Amino acid sequence: MEFSYDIAGGDFSRAGAASSEVKKILKQLNVELAVIKRVVVALYEAEVNVVAHAADGVMQVTLDSASIEVVIRDRGPGIPDIALAMQEGYSTASPRVREMGFGAGMGLPNIKRNCDSLDIESTVGVGTTVRMVTFFNR
Amino acid sequence: MDDFYHALKVSPDACTGCTHCMTACPTRAIRVRHRLATIDAAACVDCGMCLKTCARRAIFVEQDDFNRIFQFSHRVILLPTVVFGQFGGEVSEERIFAELHAMGFTRVVETDRAAGILAAAMRDYMARNPHRRPFISAFCPAVVRLIQVRFPSLIPHVIPLKQALDLSAIYARRELELAGVPGNEIGVFYVTPCAAKIAAIKSPVGEEVSPVDGVINMDFIYNKVQVGLTRHRDQPLPPAPDQEFLSPESIAWTLSGGEAAAFEGRCLAIDEIHNVIDILEKIENEEIPGIDFVELRACDHSCAGGALTTNNRFLTLERLRARARANDGRRREAPEGIRQHDAFLRERAPLPGKIFPRPIERLDEDMTVALEKMQKINRIMEVVPGVDCGACGAPSCRELARDVVLGKAKLDQCIFMRQALLREGLMTPAEAIEMAERTWGKGRFGENK
Repeated sequence: MEFSYDIAGGDFSRAGAASSEVKKILKQLNVELAVIKRVVVALYEAEVNVVAHAADGVMQVTLDSASIEVVIRDRGPGIPDIALAMQEGYSTASPRVREMGFGAGMGLPNIKRNCDSLDIESTVGVGTTVRMVTFFNR
Repeated sequence: MDDFYHALKVSPDACTGCTHCMTACPTRAIRVRHRLATIDAAACVDCGMCLKTCARRAIFVEQDDFNRIFQFSHRVILLPTVVFGQFGGEVSEERIFAELHAMGFTRVVETDRAAGILAAAMRDYMARNPHRRPFISAFCPAVVRLIQVRFPSLIPHVIPLKQALDLSAIYARRELELAGVPGNEIGVFYVTPCAAKIAAIKSPVGEEVSPVDGVINMDFIYNKVQVGLTRHRDQPLPPAPDQEFLSPESIAWTLSGGEAAAFEGRCLAIDEIHNVIDILEKIENEEIPGIDFVELRACDHSCAGGALTTNNRFLTLERLRARARANDGRRREAPEGIRQHDAFLRERAPLPGKIFPRPIERLDEDMTVALEKMQKINRIMEVVPGVDCGACGAPSCRELARDVVLGKAKLDQCIFMRQALLREGLMTPAEAIEMAERTWGKGRFGENK
């Protein structure tokens, strides 16, 4: 089953809306609570990244009874050095974004901790694609 | 699934199936069938939103027979502070206490007197369980039930302690027993501002039985006191035992912000059930980092806005604030008061049992089946009008779709779908009326031919 959600860049008031929708779906599917929690925390971080940095993005969710795959594709500045961005505390967020409580540099490491596999592809000046997979029963 | 006691009842005579309650219910527990609102026991959290929105007063709170108090020789009434806020400033506290004695109670105990001991127990629990942050108060039984059904992943954050109501009941009983009164001669009755507290007493979460013997609705006591006040207007105040002055902190305990003010760190106080749901969503998504404690109350303005209160909640607050100011610095407690039982009560404060998840959202135990059902719901969503009119007897098109897939409803309950079927000649007008009567009740469209 597939779902798709648009994410508006710069609209912090709606940040987390797509993640909450996915959470509702997982609850209806009787996915284990601890797994839902991991998925939602990872998705929220990724969604906020799009809102904070990109012009816009799309969250595509593919579900079956074994796993959830989420691909978040954005049109944005891209990440020049993915390995550096994966370090805790590293952040390029503007002071304005930090004032709102986002951009502490914990995003990508937090996503990695909360999913079973994470792939990031990025082209500077074009955008970033984040692919996360989490298995329901491990 | 176990049976859950709910104090909220619908009167079939008064209900017209108008759908106001159905739309207001935050857990979408209500459906209209045969011109009657029906509440799903598994989904209801006793928040009382339905009662508050019912214009016909068809939803009521069942209570114990008042005369049951006379089965006991020692009759204790447990009063939440909010009771005093129901009366205008011209009615003195002494008068209210005197009336409660006059109607048959032998001892009046304010529940919030246990607030200090409870706050200390909560502080202690939070210090010993830092990994359970953010802590969620178990104060409001509707919120605890809401977490069980809609946010089960947050159950470990709920502070598993009894509330001031339970502790004051244990205290009242203990005090009499120490004075030599046999336990079976003591009746403890709680005056409730809401349906949730009744449910908490009749089917407690995390304990087997409640220490409270019976519940009296606050509006009932209010009326009874008012009748007494009128009758005894010109009589001198009968002697009532000395009352201790409740501290301002204890008076504030049941009001919004009362708990949050008692603890260190970043504490939030949220009231009104939709606000509560909103914040629980955020906590569940870990969207708000660094929170230590959340006070959550289902009613707008907490217990001052309870469904069984009679006074305007802002006037209630005014009186209680005045009471707190008046009591500030006055004699807080008699030497033989509740503090003496501190250790005894603290030992009994932890909930002996677990708070169990009772999720209502899942479509099926089996994830493969649940996925199929979700796909069916999505297909139905493509054909229904999506205006959430409620005429089918479900609160939204999505809920109807869900009910259809779960075998609890038929798609032709939808008036839009019926129009389409009539136009295609797939349904006769007589069949359409028969279908409509399932929601709206027999005879609503004139007699069938």
